[in-house]
Amino acid sequence: MSQYDLVIVGGGPAGLAAAVSAKDNGIEKILIIERDNELGGILNQCIHNGFGLHTFKEELTGPEYAGRFIEQVKERNIEYKLNTMVMDISADKVVTAMNRVDGMFQIEAKAIILAMGCRERSRGALNIPGYRPAGIYSAGTAQRLVNIEGYMPGHKVVILGSGDIGLIMARRMTLEGAEVQVVAELMPYSGGLKRNIVQCLDDFDIPLKLSHTVIDIEGKERVTGITIAEVGPDRKPIPGTEEHYDCDTLLLSCGLLPENELSKTAGVTLSNITSGPIVNDALETNIEGVFACGNVLHVHDLVDFVSEEASNAGKNAAKYIKEGKSKNSKNVQIHAVDGVRYTVPCTIRPDEMDDKVTIRFRVGQVFTDCSVATYFGDELINKRAKKIMAPGEMEQVILLKSKLAEYPDLKDITIKIEEA
Amino acid sequence: MYDVSIVGAGVIGSAIARELSKFQVNACVIERETDVCEGTSKANSAIVHAGFDAKPGTLKAKLNVEGNALMEKLSQDLDFPLKKNGSLVVCTKEQDESLLDKLLEQSKLNGVPGCRIVEREEMIQMEPNLADDVVKALYAPTGAIVCPFNLTIALAENAADNGVEFKMQTCVKSIERTDDYYVIHTDNGDIETKSIVNAAGVYADKLNNMVSGRKLKIIPRRGQYMLLDKTAGEHVSHTIFQLPSKMGKGVLVTPTVHGNLLVGPTAEDIDNKEGVNTTMDGLDSLAPTSSLSVKDVPYRQVITSFAGLRAHEKDGDFVLGEAEDAPNFFNAAGIESPGLSSAPAIGVMIANEIAEKLGLKENPDFNGTRKGIVNPASLSMDERNALIKENPAYGQIICRCESISEGEILDSIHRTLGARTLDGVKRRTRAGMGRCQAGFCSPKVMEILEQEVPMSMFDVRKSGEDSRIVVGYNKKI
Repeated sequence: MSQYDLVIVGGGPAGLAAAVSAKDNGIEKILIIERDNELGGILNQCIHNGFGLHTFKEELTGPEYAGRFIEQVKERNIEYKLNTMVMDISADKVVTAMNRVDGMFQIEAKAIILAMGCRERSRGALNIPGYRPAGIYSAGTAQRLVNIEGYMPGHKVVILGSGDIGLIMARRMTLEGAEVQVVAELMPYSGGLKRNIVQCLDDFDIPLKLSHTVIDIEGKERVTGITIAEVGPDRKPIPGTEEHYDCDTLLLSCGLLPENELSKTAGVTLSNITSGPIVNDALETNIEGVFACGNVLHVHDLVDFVSEEASNAGKNAAKYIKEGKSKNSKNVQIHAVDGVRYTVPCTIRPDEMDDKVTIRFRVGQVFTDCSVATYFGDELINKRAKKIMAPGEMEQVILLKSKLAEYPDLKDITIKIEEA
Repeated sequence: MYDVSIVGAGVIGSAIARELSKFQVNACVIERETDVCEGTSKANSAIVHAGFDAKPGTLKAKLNVEGNALMEKLSQDLDFPLKKNGSLVVCTKEQDESLLDKLLEQSKLNGVPGCRIVEREEMIQMEPNLADDVVKALYAPTGAIVCPFNLTIALAENAADNGVEFKMQTCVKSIERTDDYYVIHTDNGDIETKSIVNAAGVYADKLNNMVSGRKLKIIPRRGQYMLLDKTAGEHVSHTIFQLPSKMGKGVLVTPTVHGNLLVGPTAEDIDNKEGVNTTMDGLDSLAPTSSLSVKDVPYRQVITSFAGLRAHEKDGDFVLGEAEDAPNFFNAAGIESPGLSSAPAIGVMIANEIAEKLGLKENPDFNGTRKGIVNPASLSMDERNALIKENPAYGQIICRCESISEGEILDSIHRTLGARTLDGVKRRTRAGMGRCQAGFCSPKVMEILEQEVPMSMFDVRKSGEDSRIVVGYNKKI
């Protein structure tokens, strides 16, 4: 069995940034395992621009953004294996993987970074009734067909869900000659970024129907029509609001699910809310030496934040590899309440944390003119006014080690949304 | 001139074809779809029933028990997945316990081995997730779960390997009877044949009524199902039935042979023989109904839902054998549940009847075994590495969710009656059947089909003629 200091599962934006950071923090023997035939992950099919504004202070396309990190990986001679599937991760950090050349093989790792990304919620998981014809694609599958393979999945399109990939694909399909008739969104708010609604729908006169869902799919072999209806506060269709669209294509952009099947084989505890691992401020899971970052941890809105988080995971994994198990320091629990759906991380170690730790979260509904309040125990520590917060965008609170040091008996931190 | 033409390449047509290939016969199977197993055979409970359910003395009762007994050997000979997990018919405190005793009695009359009543304590040990209101159950140890796709495909492949011809995308339009043979007019030319087998599923009445005065009426009885992720596959280990009502066996909760959890079916009589759509009401009804027998089914983990049409004949039993007024026209009609379970026995019965009638001789070259697509997950690491060394395609995973390699997909395309569609690959290999429902692997499977068949990307279909996946190049639609 071969041995590595660090095995990174996934060569997308998270895996790449984690690898670069681990190397820069002194780790030599690193292996990135990527299942696709090139590094870069889903960025390779995201040929639109808008990436990198935070990280590189310029606007890049997905492949360009990935390219910058791939370059850094190659400059540092970090080892990677393409077309290689990780089949299993054990609790004692043995990674079983497979490819055409090496066959099935095992690697013993001192530390592992989970960076497998996420997948799209499928039609089946949404329980949309109707026939099961060709012409129903997740927005990401359609994006791959159009942007990588160069094929159009259909002529007349209805999109369900206003996640970012769906919005981007509304524009993309339009530019490539298809007619996008409507985007229906079950929730009373969009799941995507505001800028994408403006640039991908409004600019092309594509209507966005909030509080609407697909209630029937017609066509036995290929989609021939879709019926949508308005939904009430219970998200059930309201009789009499049905609208029929003749179309041959239904794209689905109804949420992303972190792909944690491998994490489960290793015994990693997952959050019911994010479906990603529960981690501390080092982004370490309940399994010592197993870290997580990127969309496998929680679904991000911007790749820049993925890179930042992954870089942190790489640094912390390096520290673990060099210094071993962290001291049995106390953990402070971070509670997400009153509109805050979750936080990543979920716990923080005041003695061992970095000087500054970013707590990321999403809100459960649209809030206007509200504040993000941070409490140490019952004491209000910080209150930051926000004009608008929406579930489609990530929010953050920054915790300082120096501040926590003032509260030696602190057990709980609470983050909540309050009136301004 | 064919000796026998079988209409329908579902599990029944395929089972009859394979049994017939034990004889020296010039036979063909006519199928309107692009692949075998495209109708009810692909959308059902995937259960091999023990046989206690059907009324004693009926064909259903006899052939179910016989079919169940044949299935294990068949699964070994033809290499398809079968698991004898046993089944439980549960009775809640509101229901009449004497119905269970009646079922037990019926199981004895039908010749089902080993059934017995289990009391709550034992029952809960067997199945901890049974609903709190369940008081008693009938346990049938010979109940089993099967892969209905690979059962059907294996039967068809083996029949084809033994000389039966399969004519796909051929739809029967009318049948003409001459003095001593039939002419089947199809949208793909005329077929002359000495005899016909009617295994046309929900269309078996239409076919029968073309030649026989004894009219059949098949009512499509729709069953809707939900399939849950493998993470829910151990919620129950036995097949959990509810006490039957006049609309059928009620909603069952069962593991599948591949480790998913299946809940369904509904039972709705409909007019449309193509009505395999699910409905909001139907799907919504499954959770409350299933909770009568099994608690806490994790419906958040549903990965797909589907509907199938049981071919319910108005008189309620299978219609099997030569039509009285149409010599050499053999019906295998009204095959609803327990049709899948009975298929091996129906195959034997109809093939033998035809052989006797036509005076067919035994086929000395018949080879009754077939090797399925290798399941690498069942191999040790050394065996798997030997396989990858021999053919590196087995080292390349295409379907992440089900861990299906390129090697398995290539085999599914290049073997007898090989896959030509995404659904064809899916049913043979399970690529695309997992939790992402083909989101990641379908573009890759399309490329493999394009190269290997070979075919144009624009001819790659999901299943039927009109089910193309892509419609043109970018900017050129």
